[in-house]
Amino acid sequence: MTSVLETMIPAPTLEWMELSPLIVLLVAASLGILLEAFVPRASRYVVQSGLAAIAIVAALGLTIANWIDLTPKVAAMGMLALDGPAYVFWAMLLIFGLGGVALFAERALGLGQSAFAASAASVPGSPIEREAEREGREHTEVFPLLLFALFGMMIFAATNNLLVLFVAVEIFSLPLYLLTGMARRRRLLSQEAALKYFLLGSLASAIMLYGVAMLYGYSGGLELARIDAAILASAGSHWLLLGGMLLTSVGLLFKIGAVPFHAWSPDAYMGAPTPVTGFMAVATKTAAVAALLRVFYVALGGLAWDWQLLFAVVAVMTMLLGSTVALAQNDMKRLLAYSSIAHAGFLLVGVVGAVQAGDNVNLSSVAAVAFYLLTYGIATLGAFAIVMMVRRSGGEANSLDAWKGLGKRNPLIAALMTLFLLSFAGIPLTAGFVGKLTVFASAWAGGYGWLVLVAVVMSVIAAFFYLKVVVAMWFSDADDETVGTVETPSLWTWSVLVVSAAATLVLGLIPGGVLSLIADAAQFIR
Amino acid sequence: MQPLLTILALVPLVGAVVLFFLKGNTGKLVGYGVALTTAVLGVLAFVFHKQGANLAEEVSWIPAIGAHYALDLDGMGAILVLMTVILVPVALLAEWHVGERETDRWSGTTFFALALMLEAFALIVFMASDVLLFYVAFEATLIPTYFLIGGFGGAKRKAAAMKFLIYSLAGGLVMLVAVAGLYAVSANNGNPSFLIGDLVGMDMGTNVARWIFAGFFFAFAVKAPMVGLHTWLPDTAEQATPGTSTLLVGILDKIGTFGMIKICLALFPEASQWATPVILIWAIISVIYGAFMAFGAKDLLRLVSYTSISHFGFMVFGIFALTTQSLTGTIFYMLNHGLSTAAMFLVVGMLIRRRGSQDIDAFGGVQKVAPVLAGVLLVSGLSVLALPGLGSFVGEFLVMAGGFSRFPIYTVFITVGTVLAAVYVLNMYKKTMTGPVTDQVAAHFTADMTLREKAVVAPLLILLLIFGFYPGPVLEVADEAAQQTMATVGVTDPAPQVQEGNR
Repeated sequence: MTSVLETMIPAPTLEWMELSPLIVLLVAASLGILLEAFVPRASRYVVQSGLAAIAIVAALGLTIANWIDLTPKVAAMGMLALDGPAYVFWAMLLIFGLGGVALFAERALGLGQSAFAASAASVPGSPIEREAEREGREHTEVFPLLLFALFGMMIFAATNNLLVLFVAVEIFSLPLYLLTGMARRRRLLSQEAALKYFLLGSLASAIMLYGVAMLYGYSGGLELARIDAAILASAGSHWLLLGGMLLTSVGLLFKIGAVPFHAWSPDAYMGAPTPVTGFMAVATKTAAVAALLRVFYVALGGLAWDWQLLFAVVAVMTMLLGSTVALAQNDMKRLLAYSSIAHAGFLLVGVVGAVQAGDNVNLSSVAAVAFYLLTYGIATLGAFAIVMMVRRSGGEANSLDAWKGLGKRNPLIAALMTLFLLSFAGIPLTAGFVGKLTVFASAWAGGYGWLVLVAVVMSVIAAFFYLKVVVAMWFSDADDETVGTVETPSLWTWSVLVVSAAATLVLGLIPGGVLSLIADAAQFIR
Repeated sequence: MQPLLTILALVPLVGAVVLFFLKGNTGKLVGYGVALTTAVLGVLAFVFHKQGANLAEEVSWIPAIGAHYALDLDGMGAILVLMTVILVPVALLAEWHVGERETDRWSGTTFFALALMLEAFALIVFMASDVLLFYVAFEATLIPTYFLIGGFGGAKRKAAAMKFLIYSLAGGLVMLVAVAGLYAVSANNGNPSFLIGDLVGMDMGTNVARWIFAGFFFAFAVKAPMVGLHTWLPDTAEQATPGTSTLLVGILDKIGTFGMIKICLALFPEASQWATPVILIWAIISVIYGAFMAFGAKDLLRLVSYTSISHFGFMVFGIFALTTQSLTGTIFYMLNHGLSTAAMFLVVGMLIRRRGSQDIDAFGGVQKVAPVLAGVLLVSGLSVLALPGLGSFVGEFLVMAGGFSRFPIYTVFITVGTVLAAVYVLNMYKKTMTGPVTDQVAAHFTADMTLREKAVVAPLLILLLIFGFYPGPVLEVADEAAQQTMATVGVTDPAPQVQEGNR
């Protein structure tokens, strides 16, 4: 009896050790949901935040252990590719996730509440909401939601199969849609943002799925290697292939926030609770870029001539729109949203180069892009942590006017913010500079010198609006009507700030070790 | 002795960090002490270099792209290090009371800290023998300079600081493209490296080399402002304190001409010669334009900045005339220009502080009420116009002599520039110092130079005189650097064309 079953449904072979980081996250997330039912309300916050942090640290430890004795392999029956880049992006995602947990767990700011709504299901302004506020309820489910999102992102970054790509995008998107709508203040705005994000995101996912279907129709398979082989053999209709490539890229570019699929990000960034914005800005971009690199370098490498030009055009548009529109922003979160669009453009500049690691090449495009993501990520987490701290009458003061004269009121925080902004602008001595340098160098080495020139012009424009904030902080005087004060956060946010600032400086001054570590691991398995 | 150069760069940097935590007079005294210590170390480095000691340091920095933390002193670097370590304490002493005015945003200690930070980065630029390290320090100088301009000075300094930063960033980022290109070329050639030693003589392909050359040259032409890319300088000098302007024009702008020799000529000899005709004409236009604008200037600080634009054109001409003499002259002139511009800015600053206005028309007859100040201004001015007997004359003469041997006609125009210099300097002196004493001048000039002010100007003028009468020791170093550059570029001096007469 069993033998018949076994022949009909073969037991899956799973590489337990290699997959352990994913399993840890999934188990912890599920456990977190269960705990909601059992743990008394008073102690839920401590339990949930602790559980999430411990799970991520454990997953990070396991990832590093696997990375140390790295044997690139296709795991989980061909579904996941566990190679160097996968571990690089996993480690980055877990670090960003840990930063996210720390920001989620911040409760010392404002009136001693978290950034999340007391009762997300209640109608804004309703008696139920007031009651929840009065009782001091909190949504501690945000921690399991973050873990689920992180789990999906890690699969996304390591996918070896287009169907898994689609499943992963849904796994990490749904929790993010929810989290976006859970802001404690300006709830209508938050809910509107969540709805927008959800509708546009679903549309993008659907388009991507359509692209996946076309690629399947072209190659008869969903594995990345299979598509690559089909392209090399130039089997099937070329139009099917091109259509599949274009539509798949839509879904990925949407998640990255590239023009013309960027429209969701300013609204979502502004409406979402700031910790969520920080996490989303960093982790989503990392996962999406990782998946983009994998799909286009591994599966569609044979089409490089086509998509390089496509991405070059998208990169130019993205940098142009992000940098110029950001100039006109007066809201810090919106400004950072457009800045993140501009950064998506710079990342694509790195993607376009498509330089493979080889005998002579130490720095492949994958390594350059990964390093850029790391520098962008740490500065972004730090910047959003400070956005959380600048407050006025209980809520965050996101208007640039509130930031005026910050250098006088709190030189330390203003100096840290300046550091992050300089890193965004790519000024030397900060990590952002090394990131820009590596991306530009690899793009030029890939034969796209003109794109580097365009990117540099955009960097000058982008520098303008980062400097606008610097000027407001150091050279403008505060106006009593609008002034924001810096509140002292708990140890959670402090740790994010200190780690981000230290990493921004270290990666700016002595990036050699980390860059080599990433460069050595930047070879996709095929 | 090996880490001397690192120590030289670290002392002001650490000093700056310490200063951010100090206040009041203590902070300023500590800052001044740090600047003096750096000066001693810098002079030591110069002396060691002259004795032929090997001061080179090299540590791998970013192996993935072949960048090194590599410092070394060549002749030109040694001279500019010398200039930097002399100018910084002078400028600090001149700005002793900075931060006491109500318009100043921060305290004097902060000014001192930022100035020391700037000194550290400038020193690294002059000592770097790795292009990436050079670039990083080059861009890093922007941060303290930006805050120096934005924090201390006139009412419109915020806009001036922004203009300075955007111009510099544009130049710097264009250079970043060139740096990325340099990486791409050296990576494609097999082994990526940013060491200048490895890059010299590397085959880049004519077109690529020309593009990369243009990227570097653009950045340097913004720094050592050439006409068209210069408008930030007068605006900045008008708004910044004279001390800041001294650091900016005296030290930072030299990075432009330094880079043209160290990077443009050395790494791209073919492209440099290809671009020479355009650059020489551009330089001549700078010389003449700067001179006319200086003549027409109504603001004392703008006037001084325009004289510098004129003189930077002069240096660029000397560089791209590509003769041993003109290069030696340029390098020597860079040092003297630093000293004489510093004297000019600082003395003018003393005048402005007394009068409370920087309009030329606001002055008149000062030499009757403050004869020492007037005399010092005259000597500084004579140094700017390169009077024989002062260091700048030696430099200018060598530039013209060298330039004449290769480009006689161009040199004629350059010579016109020196004549114009005499006109604008003496005209300015006449308007402000001579004539009847105006009521306002009589009311405001209650005291002649103080002891501190004399201590500021004395070393500058003494050094200018020494270099004028006894240029030999420093000139030797400049000559060695020039010959090295000529050898790297692979150009020989033109043979003298004038036949010797029969005897």
